[in-house]
Amino acid sequence: MSAVIDTHHHDHAHGPAKGLMRWVLTTNHKDIGSMYLWFSFAMFLLGGSMAMVIRAELFQPGLQLVQPEFFNQMTTTHGLIMVFGAVMPAFVGLANWMIPLMIGAPDMALPRMNNFSFWLLPMAFGLLVSTLFMEGGGPNFGWTFYAPLSTTYAPPSVTFFIFAIHLAGISSIMGAINIIATILNLRAPGMTLMKMPLFVWTWLITAFLLIAVMPVLAGVVTMMLMDIHFGTSFFNAAGGGDPVMFQHIFWFFGHPEVYIMILPAFGAVSQIIPAFSRKPLFGYTSMVYATAAIAFLSFIVWAHHMFTVGIPITGELFFMYATMLIAVPTGVKVFNWVSTMFRGALTFEAPMLFAVAFVILFTIGGFSGLMLAIAPADFQYHDTYFVVAHFHYVLVPGAIFGIFASAYYWLPKWTGHMYDETLAKTHFWMSFIGMNLAFFPMHFVGLAGMPRRIPDYNVMFANFNMISSVGAFMFGVTQLLFLFIVIKCIKGGKKAAANPWEGAEGLEWTVPSPAPYHTFSTPPEVK
Amino acid sequence: MLRAAITWPVGLSLSVLGAQASAEWGVNMRRGVTEVSQSVFDLHMTIFWICVVIGIVVFGVMFWSMLMHRKSEDSKPATFHEHLGVEILWTVIPLAILIVMAIPATKTLIDIYDADEADIDILVTGYQWRWQYQYVGEGVSFFSSMSTPRDEIGNVSDKNPNYLLEVDNPLVIPVGKKVRFLVTAADVIHSWWVPDFAVKKDAIPGFINEAWTRVEKPGIYRGQCTELCGKDHGFMPVVVEVLPQDEYDAWMAEQKEAAAKEAELREKDWTLEELVERGEKVYASACASCHQPTGEGLPPMFPALKGSAIVTEDMAQHLDIVLNGVPGTAMAAFGKQLSEVDVAAVITFERNAWGNDTGEMLAPVDVLNAKEGQ
Repeated sequence: MSAVIDTHHHDHAHGPAKGLMRWVLTTNHKDIGSMYLWFSFAMFLLGGSMAMVIRAELFQPGLQLVQPEFFNQMTTTHGLIMVFGAVMPAFVGLANWMIPLMIGAPDMALPRMNNFSFWLLPMAFGLLVSTLFMEGGGPNFGWTFYAPLSTTYAPPSVTFFIFAIHLAGISSIMGAINIIATILNLRAPGMTLMKMPLFVWTWLITAFLLIAVMPVLAGVVTMMLMDIHFGTSFFNAAGGGDPVMFQHIFWFFGHPEVYIMILPAFGAVSQIIPAFSRKPLFGYTSMVYATAAIAFLSFIVWAHHMFTVGIPITGELFFMYATMLIAVPTGVKVFNWVSTMFRGALTFEAPMLFAVAFVILFTIGGFSGLMLAIAPADFQYHDTYFVVAHFHYVLVPGAIFGIFASAYYWLPKWTGHMYDETLAKTHFWMSFIGMNLAFFPMHFVGLAGMPRRIPDYNVMFANFNMISSVGAFMFGVTQLLFLFIVIKCIKGGKKAAANPWEGAEGLEWTVPSPAPYHTFSTPPEVK
Repeated sequence: MLRAAITWPVGLSLSVLGAQASAEWGVNMRRGVTEVSQSVFDLHMTIFWICVVIGIVVFGVMFWSMLMHRKSEDSKPATFHEHLGVEILWTVIPLAILIVMAIPATKTLIDIYDADEADIDILVTGYQWRWQYQYVGEGVSFFSSMSTPRDEIGNVSDKNPNYLLEVDNPLVIPVGKKVRFLVTAADVIHSWWVPDFAVKKDAIPGFINEAWTRVEKPGIYRGQCTELCGKDHGFMPVVVEVLPQDEYDAWMAEQKEAAAKEAELREKDWTLEELVERGEKVYASACASCHQPTGEGLPPMFPALKGSAIVTEDMAQHLDIVLNGVPGTAMAAFGKQLSEVDVAAVITFERNAWGNDTGEMLAPVDVLNAKEGQ
């Protein structure tokens, strides 16, 4: 009997399988992590090219390149692809790669489910993108898809959009379950919760947010499906339904969703800033509590997206105060990062450049968020370009710069080579300048009165829109440089040591670079 | 290649300069012309300056660290990593700032929500893609559609300063009176915004939202729809004309007279040419954004009227669709929006335009009969 088992064991290959099926069938967290990252980068370029269409049309007043119907499809799919296809999968990819390495686990806790949650994504986004080629066009009702524009008045392809959201949602929920199971069960002996790296902490909290709100999103799109095909009137006032209820349900998902996109970036930056300041993270405990506080508050602020729908004044005041409160734990995090840098010994390699820009520009996005929280002032800001400026400041230099910082920080571990520092710094400065040129003027046109989601505008907004477009093109083109840097780094470059960064700490730096296909088969001891 | 690399930025900066000559660089919120808009502006500036000060402190420490505590400056890293005192301090201070900020914000909000005791009530209804204004109790009601010529949008002719912010019939209100807006919508959600009044209220089907203003300065104030409402969301401006009381009264009398005339028109004997002429204008304001000025539509969402079997043959069905709409599609029930004369005119126009030369006409009285027969 034992002989049989032995033979079986010897037949098992311990390295990756060969050919295409390696990627289709893999249950290895590193393979799946890489696939997530490549997928999200492909989506980033696709969603980005849609942004280029938008900015090209808005380069000058008048309709030049696209018609309003197509413009609306571009704004909608740009948002959907960036949120669900680029940012979220990128963080899941980082989690897949790094969480087992950071907590000393051999793999994710549920490796087969891991494979399934990845492969749902190409299906979901294949479906979503295919709607653009259908009769009547793709989704054109904004990424927030407010009913009844997205139900009674939607193009026929909306059913496919709903199915795509379902698939992406299932994928996220499974990914979140997997991350929680891994963190709670597979930590190396001695790694107590309060010894976990902050990236692990923020992902643990993010995963709980995902499990809490993705079913709500699934619920709201299912209600849309019922309204469209099965004669219900959840959101149809003529049938006794309530279009405002759609917004309540959507934003109960939507507000935690924005923290889902930023908390893992908080975690990554909390790894990177201490590493390049050569000084331990200031206020680890308060960072953990602040993250938990932000996650909790994210559930009770949703109606600040709806200040103008006519909620009663008590509701308005509650959501205003609750929203302002978020500034407190967020401020704590920023102060901690700054104190970590204070009196350190700083160097500015690409990960640090992106991390420092993250802190500065995310804080600017936080300031405009605080302004938006003031309900009476929000009556002027709401649904203008000021809001567009705000959320692009928290998502582009927030989430996306967080992802770039992480990618440069861990690329040596993934590939075994150092990336080209000069090119990476060029990538940073081009992105930094392009991004600010694109999004800073949006504050001005928003305050001056330009509504969002319009394909054409009055001549008084022309100058700043032109600058925005130039910045956007610059930012967009620069991302091809990132692709080049990554490919160059995979193909070769200076050999990376197990720990290529002088100040970096953590279990991931104790394994060789590139990380072997299987790591921590025997758990390390954490003192 | 090199020449392109040089001319492009030069051309760009020239065009930016050129644009600068014709347009101003609006960078801030407008102060507006009402008490509410001014207190909103003050709130905006207060919170802005608070953010600036916090920003200077936080970024100041950051840049100090980045310049002075570099490894290349031979900086030895400190090892401190915890201090309960400062953690409490930077929790409590921001909290105090927030409370200071919340007090005036609450006051202004309570003021904005007090829509009681209005002098005038106006029902504002959003349609795809125009606004309807009904003066409650006055029997005066009209639609307000964008009047920017398509040639300007298509870059055929030069854009006027009020490009996309001009309408055929502006809303007219008197100066110094408390005007209450009852805001709703007939199809999808819209949002009615006049920046100079700091009034922005969502127009939601099935709901009536309240907002109010008291404007102290006569003038023309412009805004836009701010909630994505479909294809022509960017093309449904809001224009409000604020008149001195006597001019407002004269305007109101004129409107009432016109409304009475409109009723007489229904009884008049119309000729085909008269109906076609009137119908062309109705078509341009109510139908052309979907069915296109050419009558060719944008299939499959917006079908063509040119050569359509319904438009060239079945008059009864044609009338039924215009009056009652097509449920589940963007085709609205225009029976509630247009007068009998306008319905008759637009149907007659459609049956005689773009080569649909049926020679048929529909009299306003037939529309009235069809409506009453329902």
